Amino acid sequence: MDAELFATLAFSTLRAGIPLLYCALGVLLAERSGMLNLGQEGMMLMGAVVGFIAASESQSPALGVLAAAGTGLACGALFALLTLLLQTNQVATGLAMTIFGTGLSAFLGEDYVGSSIDGIAPLAVPLLADIPLFGQALFAQDWLLYLAWLLALASYWLLHRSRAGLIITAVGEDPAVAHRLGLPVRRVRALMACAGGLMAGLGGAYLSLAYTPLWTEGMTTGRGWIALALVVLAGWRTGLVLVAAHVFGMAGILNLLLQGTGIGLPGQMLAMAPYLLCIAALVLLSRQRDFGRYQSPPGLGQNFSPED
Amino acid sequence: MRIERRAAPSRRMQVLSPLLALVATGLTGAAIFAGLGQPPAAVMYAFFIAPVRDLYGISELLLKATPLLLCAVGLSLCFRARVWNIGAEGQFILGALGGGVVALACNEFSAGFGWALLGASVAGMLAGTAWAGIVALLRDRFDCSEILTSIMLNYIALQLLLWAVHGPLKDPAGFNFPESALLVEELLLPTLHPDYRVHIGLPIALLAAAGLWLLMARSLLGFQVRVFGESARTAGYAGFSSRVLLWFVLAACGALAGLAGAFEVLGPVGQVTPHLSAGYGFSAIIVVFLGRNHPVGIVLAGLLFALTFIGGENLQIEFGLPRSITQMFQGMLLFYLLAADFLINHRLRLPGAAPALAGER
Repeated sequence: MDAELFATLAFSTLRAGIPLLYCALGVLLAERSGMLNLGQEGMMLMGAVVGFIAASESQSPALGVLAAAGTGLACGALFALLTLLLQTNQVATGLAMTIFGTGLSAFLGEDYVGSSIDGIAPLAVPLLADIPLFGQALFAQDWLLYLAWLLALASYWLLHRSRAGLIITAVGEDPAVAHRLGLPVRRVRALMACAGGLMAGLGGAYLSLAYTPLWTEGMTTGRGWIALALVVLAGWRTGLVLVAAHVFGMAGILNLLLQGTGIGLPGQMLAMAPYLLCIAALVLLSRQRDFGRYQSPPGLGQNFSPED
Repeated sequence: MRIERRAAPSRRMQVLSPLLALVATGLTGAAIFAGLGQPPAAVMYAFFIAPVRDLYGISELLLKATPLLLCAVGLSLCFRARVWNIGAEGQFILGALGGGVVALACNEFSAGFGWALLGASVAGMLAGTAWAGIVALLRDRFDCSEILTSIMLNYIALQLLLWAVHGPLKDPAGFNFPESALLVEELLLPTLHPDYRVHIGLPIALLAAAGLWLLMARSLLGFQVRVFGESARTAGYAGFSSRVLLWFVLAACGALAGLAGAFEVLGPVGQVTPHLSAGYGFSAIIVVFLGRNHPVGIVLAGLLFALTFIGGENLQIEFGLPRSITQMFQGMLLFYLLAADFLINHRLRLPGAAPALAGER
């Protein structure tokens, strides 16, 4: 493989992981507080479509990103409202979010299928971008990609290094005990659910505004679900979420990566790669008894109401 | 107004809340259409009434209800045991593939079509069971979340179907369309009436629902599923094997969803195409919730959901509205239902009203 091809592949591999990274960070934030939202797919699609519509109407990708983030946040807030105030089952509510978001996004985006916009343009850092092999991949990407890495850093700090992170973890581990300690369980959970939605919206925006600047129905193709699995695989640890997102991003563009190698598999078989990898990773993980499995927040998916 | 916890869950609300959710969905829908500049009454009529104005419409409703009911009955069994199988869609696709492969192999036969039809149906059930079996195996042996594995298998199943219709199953005389050859008429399921497309899958689906009721209400296995679903620990103390139940509910669901898939190929579609499922496997999840996980409720909810499918198609024809409206309404309905269920355990009280006495229902 020549240097130029390698540089291009490294560039695309990193990009392919970003929608997953955004969404998985959101899942991580929410799940640490005990909120299991299976609606990622729906929230991502809503972010993608609203971001695309806003960007194409305003000619400003930045506005599109903002609109997508707001939409995701609204979805997260809806989830919080239902599960925290009305005590709905988290699994069922998340599924409803996915089905509703898939339908609504297809409905909203009907007139925008096939239209194109100027996506978020890459920013090349002078000099650094010219480094052979990795220069383009690391220093000539768009700002939304860098923002993902920044937010990964911020999540790491929040969850693993800050006092707020301790509160979030306490709420996620045992909401009843946290409540007795005087922690505002429902407020923390609502906040984290909103943050999760916002991140899913950004993940959608990366897809429709930067990765492939267009809108097609169901364009997330299961990325929301993979993001949910990623967090399990990473054992709810931010650093591993970052790594895993990029590994799965690579699996998602396997067809691109194998193009030059002459391995002749049908495209549909290659398209299975991320899902197969996901199952394989879950199986392998189960072999590692002390890794991941017991890191799951004990209160995950459990509703809590102060009146009980 | 105050919110108050009920001393005991309200039975009345258990029945009323799906209806409440329906009304709320209808009103929201009307508001959305009005906002879009469409006449709400006319759109609602086109969605809910027009498709079932005549006997043909009703027969089409029953045709659409068939795969929904088969999937929903299987899922209901899983959900009763708290096995969150989201994979009916993939099991449906595998069933369609399995049934399709067998049927296509028999397409050139000159006799024995009855056996071929039976063989194709059984192949569909087996393929669906095998696909669900993967989920059971992964959960049983490797403790993998069935939610995640069954979802992943949905996507893999879809790619498998696409590969099959672009490759081995593609009709050589089909102008390079990604579709299989059409099945000969003798290989299609017998219809209930020569003028309509609804086929013997419908009575089979209703039988499955009746079987579910019998199983849950009258058999030891069903009792075990119920206990297991309500408290895994209690089931353990009683000596019920959670592994047997896990395999049983998933295998049964896979078989039913697979049969639904095979019936689509052997029935209204008549060939293997990339778009065999209109999302029946996903919609069936909501059907189970809306039907309160009870066979009778599931049949009613299945019919309603079949109506949303043909209503959506009708809206597309009459008003040019996108078909995705169906899915949007289905999701909205589930939201409202979950929210309305709050009233099963809580009640709203006007200020000044006397507080509830302990034990008051």
